[in-house]
Amino acid sequence: MELSVNGQGYTLDVEDDMPLLWVLRDELKIKGPKYGCGIAQCGACTVHVDGMAVRSCSIRVKSVKGAQITTIEGLGSPKALHAVQAAWIEKQVAQCGYCQAGHIMAASAFLDMNPDPTDADIDQALSANLCRCGTYPRIRAAVHLAASKLREG
Amino acid sequence: MASVKTIARRSFLIGSSAIAGGVAFGVYSYKKPLPNPLETGLQAGEAALTPFVKIDKNGVTLITPRADKGQGAYSIQAYLLAEELDVDPTQVRLSPGVPSPTYYNSTVMNEGMPGMGHVIGRLMGLQITGGSSTVPDMYERLRRAGAVARETLKRTAAKEFNVSIADLTTEDSHVILPDARRIPYTALASKAAKVKPAEASVLRDPKTWRYLGKDILRTDIVAKSTGRQVYGIDLEFDNMFYATVRANPGIGGGVKSYDAQAARDMRGVLDILPVKNGIAVVADNTWRAFKAAEAINIEWGVPPYPINSDAIWSEMYAHIAPEFQNIQRLNAGDVSTIDGVNKADSLAVEYRTPFLAHAPMEPMNAVVMIQDKRCDIWTGTQIPRFVQSHVAKQTGLKNKDVHIHVQAMGGSFGRRLELTYVLQAVEIAQSMPNVPVKLIWSREEDMTHDYPRPATIAKGRGAVKDGKITHFDLGIVGASLTHSGMSRLASPLPGPDPTLTTGADDQPYAIENYRVTGYRAPENVPISSWRSVGASQNGFYHECLFDELVALAGADPLEERLRLCTDAVTRKILEKAGEVTNWSSRTLGPNRGRGLALTQSFGVSVAQIIDITQTMQGIKIDKVHIITDVGRILDPVNLEAQLTGGAIWGLGHAINCELTYENYAAQQTNYHEHAGMRLYQTPEIEVTVLENSPHILGAGEPAVPPAAPALANAIFAATGQRLREMPFQKYIDFV
Repeated sequence: MELSVNGQGYTLDVEDDMPLLWVLRDELKIKGPKYGCGIAQCGACTVHVDGMAVRSCSIRVKSVKGAQITTIEGLGSPKALHAVQAAWIEKQVAQCGYCQAGHIMAASAFLDMNPDPTDADIDQALSANLCRCGTYPRIRAAVHLAASKLREG
Repeated sequence: MASVKTIARRSFLIGSSAIAGGVAFGVYSYKKPLPNPLETGLQAGEAALTPFVKIDKNGVTLITPRADKGQGAYSIQAYLLAEELDVDPTQVRLSPGVPSPTYYNSTVMNEGMPGMGHVIGRLMGLQITGGSSTVPDMYERLRRAGAVARETLKRTAAKEFNVSIADLTTEDSHVILPDARRIPYTALASKAAKVKPAEASVLRDPKTWRYLGKDILRTDIVAKSTGRQVYGIDLEFDNMFYATVRANPGIGGGVKSYDAQAARDMRGVLDILPVKNGIAVVADNTWRAFKAAEAINIEWGVPPYPINSDAIWSEMYAHIAPEFQNIQRLNAGDVSTIDGVNKADSLAVEYRTPFLAHAPMEPMNAVVMIQDKRCDIWTGTQIPRFVQSHVAKQTGLKNKDVHIHVQAMGGSFGRRLELTYVLQAVEIAQSMPNVPVKLIWSREEDMTHDYPRPATIAKGRGAVKDGKITHFDLGIVGASLTHSGMSRLASPLPGPDPTLTTGADDQPYAIENYRVTGYRAPENVPISSWRSVGASQNGFYHECLFDELVALAGADPLEERLRLCTDAVTRKILEKAGEVTNWSSRTLGPNRGRGLALTQSFGVSVAQIIDITQTMQGIKIDKVHIITDVGRILDPVNLEAQLTGGAIWGLGHAINCELTYENYAAQQTNYHEHAGMRLYQTPEIEVTVLENSPHILGAGEPAVPPAAPALANAIFAATGQRLREMPFQKYIDFV
């Protein structure tokens, strides 16, 4: 099976129904997407598939063949931050941080569609991502900040 | 308060043999210097100037022995050291170090044994992260360690360059010579190792601080915002196997029989073996292990507790009776005079709080490799020395041959004060020596094998006269979480369990007739510490009963607290709360309500004032004000994060969550049934922190207890409905 992750091609021998999350984590050793629930309830595993935010724990690898998959590692790096990552750092959102890669991936896909969201828009778009530490107020603030960064280019 | 001392003394005597698990008094006498664990295995050219600072030619390593579960412990420990050592914490290496009695926690024991924690913590070498203790415990110690290291480096440079130590300064990992030459610490390390360490240094005046008290950047914030933070669950080693376990969700019931034939034939499955209370699967991929585990047919045994929640509640309720009294630290005046009060001026009510899971985002996991005479463990834990001794016992190795590599944690909330998952991983690794095995629990396994917050019941009664509270009598019944937890970690502590009443019997008020009694029910489901521990339920009981009596008296909730308040720091908090919410003059308007609660826990009083609106769809939380005082503020950005996170934790569970049991098993198996709070429910939160307290205090837990009662009291103010049992969503809708 051929897979494209963060611009790199991989050839794999895995079951068609293995969730993308476990292909990324255990086969390709890409650890940014996290296992939290396995049933699309927490969003810690969120990645982009052709630019759309997808729960990688609940999508079979077979169905993303030929797609462009992006993980938090491919969104930006410490030396070349994506605007959403820069906003997350500026607002110091993370506590344990385990859910934040998923939040950042969900937020960046959301801002592509809605570049100037209200609080209500953000609540609607990101409430399926769970944070147990309670970083939500800063998540809201960071999404607004990222939106302004992206608008200013 | 003589009873407190009696309890402390008794717990001290019992605890000395029990908690220590074999470490007897006299091994470490209180005054004897503790060993520097960094000196073991030191390479040439490396210097371990204190147990907290290691320097070699490649750089400076700061040892941060309190575990980071997300609360920012690594970061604040590094900044405390750096403030005196003159290094940039974001540019040096941080390491949790090795488990050692040197890294004892003297503060965590103080909650149960006031005034004696330092002695006990040191005598027993208790290296524990918990009880909001990292900052108070490390505030002085780490700054002093940083100062000793800095002065030793200066002493080395003075000798080396033949200059007066008084003419030297330090900056950004360099000693600056009088001629402005900059000598890197790394270049001085090998010489510094041979220099006699500088004695106690004078600590810097807080007015001159560069990091502490300022808006500092968490040392892990970039890694955690770019997917680069490595957690225990992310570790990879060559030739590593992936394992999972399915254990009896009736904890302690064991396995009667199992059939793993179908699972054995599945792709990638390497081994299936029995472990304590369950069956383990070893595979070449986590998902394959999960799938195979699901395919095993297992017949479970029966655990030693009642079959369901109803039976547990009934048994507990029957134990609010004098013969089951376990603790009574507060009995002022004579509450029995309530019998003479006329009915209209008194009330009697009952409250309940449910079992709750910790459910940190990162499921329990551990990597273990066992080689000849050596066991290595990589895991997130709050109790590395307990893990070490339990693994030594299980493997027959010596403590020193069990190497714990503490990992950053994706949350804990008290969950990693337990070690079942580590011992399971060790069992698996014992069956395949020389191979690293990573055990990961599925979320379902994690939720159904938690040691939850205990469910408890309270009966409250009270009376009022002339617009004032005169009687306050609270009886609380539950199993002993201290007994349950210590039974697993070391050996159970007989005697009273302060967690049965803490948060209710230690509040800063002088009510004329004021009594709080704890009754102990049998341990049913095994239970443990959950963020804010006993105060998470007892704060709810105390503050709801207080509010009910205020309403009965026709008094003002803030004014009545101020009238009764005995603590100057708390009084200022209450006054500030009135000020920031414009308490006395603001009217909220129709369908709105405001609730106040204040709980003192871990030495910190936290007031919360919550405004809500009753909408057509349900209750909307508009705003939460948090007002507190932790003494000097060291890390304002993270302090705000801990306080808001604590309130959200308290509110999310109060509204949405409970663990219920049927057929011995927790029925909530994943986040769709036990999420806590989600973004859409999260209110605006405003934090105000005062600095009147003379003590330096921790803030990871104290914002949890007042959240639920402040919300319940706000709902009463808006709707007239009293919510006396959580989760509130069983009784009223929320939007």
